[in-house]
Amino acid sequence: MADPVVAVVGAGPAGVRAAAALVAAGVRPVVIDEAMRAGGQIYRRQPEGFLRSYTDLYGSEAERARAVHDCFDALRDRLDYRPQTLAWTISDRRIFTSGPAGQHVLPFDALILCTGATDRIMPVRGWHWAGCYSLGGAQIALKAQACAIGRRTVFMGAGPLLYLVAAQYAKAGAHVAAVLDTSPVSASLAALPRLLAQPATLRVGMGLLRDLRRAGVPVHRGVTPMEIHGEPDHGVSGVSVRTSHGAILAIDCDAVAMGHHLRPETQLAELAGCAFAFDRMIGQWLPVRDADGRSSQPGVYLAGDGARILGAVAAEAAGELAALTTLDDRGHRVCETARQDAKRTIARARRFAEGLARAFPWPREQISRLDNATILCRCEAITVGDLRRSIAETETDEANRAKAFSRVGMGRCQGRYCGLAAAELISAAVGTPVEAVGRLRAAAPVKPIVIASGGRCER
Amino acid sequence: MSGRFVRLAEAGRATITLFVDGVPMRSLAGDTLMTAILTARASLRRSEFGGERRAGFCLMGACQDCWIWTEDGNRLRACSTPAVDGARLCTQQPATAWPTLS
Ligand SMILES: Cc1cc2nc3c(=O)[nH]c(=O)nc-3n(C[C@H](O)[C@H](O)[C@H](O)COP(=O)(O)OP(=O)(O)OC[C@H]3O[C@@H](n4cnc5c(N)ncnc54)[C@H](O)[C@@H]3O)c2cc1C
Ligand code: FES
Repeated sequence: MADPVVAVVGAGPAGVRAAAALVAAGVRPVVIDEAMRAGGQIYRRQPEGFLRSYTDLYGSEAERARAVHDCFDALRDRLDYRPQTLAWTISDRRIFTSGPAGQHVLPFDALILCTGATDRIMPVRGWHWAGCYSLGGAQIALKAQACAIGRRTVFMGAGPLLYLVAAQYAKAGAHVAAVLDTSPVSASLAALPRLLAQPATLRVGMGLLRDLRRAGVPVHRGVTPMEIHGEPDHGVSGVSVRTSHGAILAIDCDAVAMGHHLRPETQLAELAGCAFAFDRMIGQWLPVRDADGRSSQPGVYLAGDGARILGAVAAEAAGELAALTTLDDRGHRVCETARQDAKRTIARARRFAEGLARAFPWPREQISRLDNATILCRCEAITVGDLRRSIAETETDEANRAKAFSRVGMGRCQGRYCGLAAAELISAAVGTPVEAVGRLRAAAPVKPIVIASGGRCER
Repeated sequence: MSGRFVRLAEAGRATITLFVDGVPMRSLAGDTLMTAILTARASLRRSEFGGERRAGFCLMGACQDCWIWTEDGNRLRACSTPAVDGARLCTQQPATAWPTLS
């Protein structure tokens, strides 16, 4: 009989450490990753032929980045690694993939999902103008392409990436016009006890603020975004916000990087049949996971930011933990100390993440203030007013019905960038808590694919 | 405005030439199609819904705002596709496109 197939989706810090633990136990996992090179988001590698050093690219995280890359490179002969390959659905314990070698169907015995995250977006009037990017996108331009997204960039939103990417831009010589943080100073102070769960990370964060101040970058806290100004042919021309003192602040710029921390990529977990629960603290639906990394589906394990946003250090620990649990469930002997260490790291990161959620809250209240002309779905130019009208006319109070009537969440991004805001909008419009609105159901394919051939099954 | 993206480093790479809507465009080996186009132009395409110009959003293959096509009709995400010397691209879907599923 063929060896059991253990598959890992995602080759970020979580997937790399999961693969390493499997290989160490003598298993040859299949590693499916959409990216060109392993490393994931935080440790994204620049293309071959680029010369910047690890310190230039990853700053305080240079050593961790190198360790994850070296770990993966050392595994290469002992893995079935499939880069540039999208896992586009999971059904009947089979993974459907699309990549350079065409379409494949991979039956699996165990699956570890390490799918990472994308930016969490609160729409602002004008966010559809060319020159407006997600914070993560702005960072990728710099990290992977050595480019700034514009000549004068405003960073707007809240969360760790806001300060991190702005400071990386300033350090690389880009002009940072301002950092506009929607969270008030008081929120950071209240979050301090929890942030002390990871003192080193907290120090790095304070250092970023100091670097920005030294570079002369204006930093405003507690702002309310009003509009990203621009026009159809030339894109972004400026930003205006209301400051915490109630004054209107207008800043000229040709680029905006925006976002409110991250949201996990949970579509594959959902398609695999995993149960979800609403998490009050972060206001999002997350796949249910036990303390060892098991989902509710036998043989399906969850790790990293794709299960809950806990950052890169915890992603490494969770990847290793999920792999050890997989091995344990399959009858291998595993090191209990390693499991306990990983759990402690994850517990610290959870406390820190609670701190971040308090320090940089999702500005739920902004949704009611959005005027009807604001674009909600960037893919299909559906406005806030369109959704509000559709809710009123159809008396909808559930996300999937609202989606069917208004098409919000049915565009090319499949609700990744509008889904959370749409749920808040429905919640505000009908006066129910956001968890009662439900969540947009994941649909296959999880991203648009070009169908070139039918798909070949491997066994 | 000419280009949107500004190169900050890594400028010593070999140059390559692409053809975008038939117009030759010089870029650097290692660029994505998005970098190649947006260091020369302010946008990638026009939104078929709102009509305004678009230049991508996420750069990580998630938003699909950066679609362009090869001249023979294959759809590409400009942010996640490396530029190769001599590539011929269209910023509007050519009429002879392959069927796509979205
Ligand atoms: C753009 C961006 C930038 C970030 N930058 C930082 C930073 O500088 N510092 C920091 O502390 N944190 C950063 N974060 C948070 C960071 O993502 C995590 O802390 C860490 O990278 C999580 O690791 P992970 O392994 O869980 O996921 P990731 O590193 O995100 O890796 C997930 C991998 O899975 C792949 N994948 C996902 N879905 C599929 C699929 N369906 N098929 C095939 N492959 C798939 C992705 O291509 C990716 O390679 C960033 C997040 C984002 C989104
Ligand atoms: S910019 Fe989002 S997919 Fe390319």
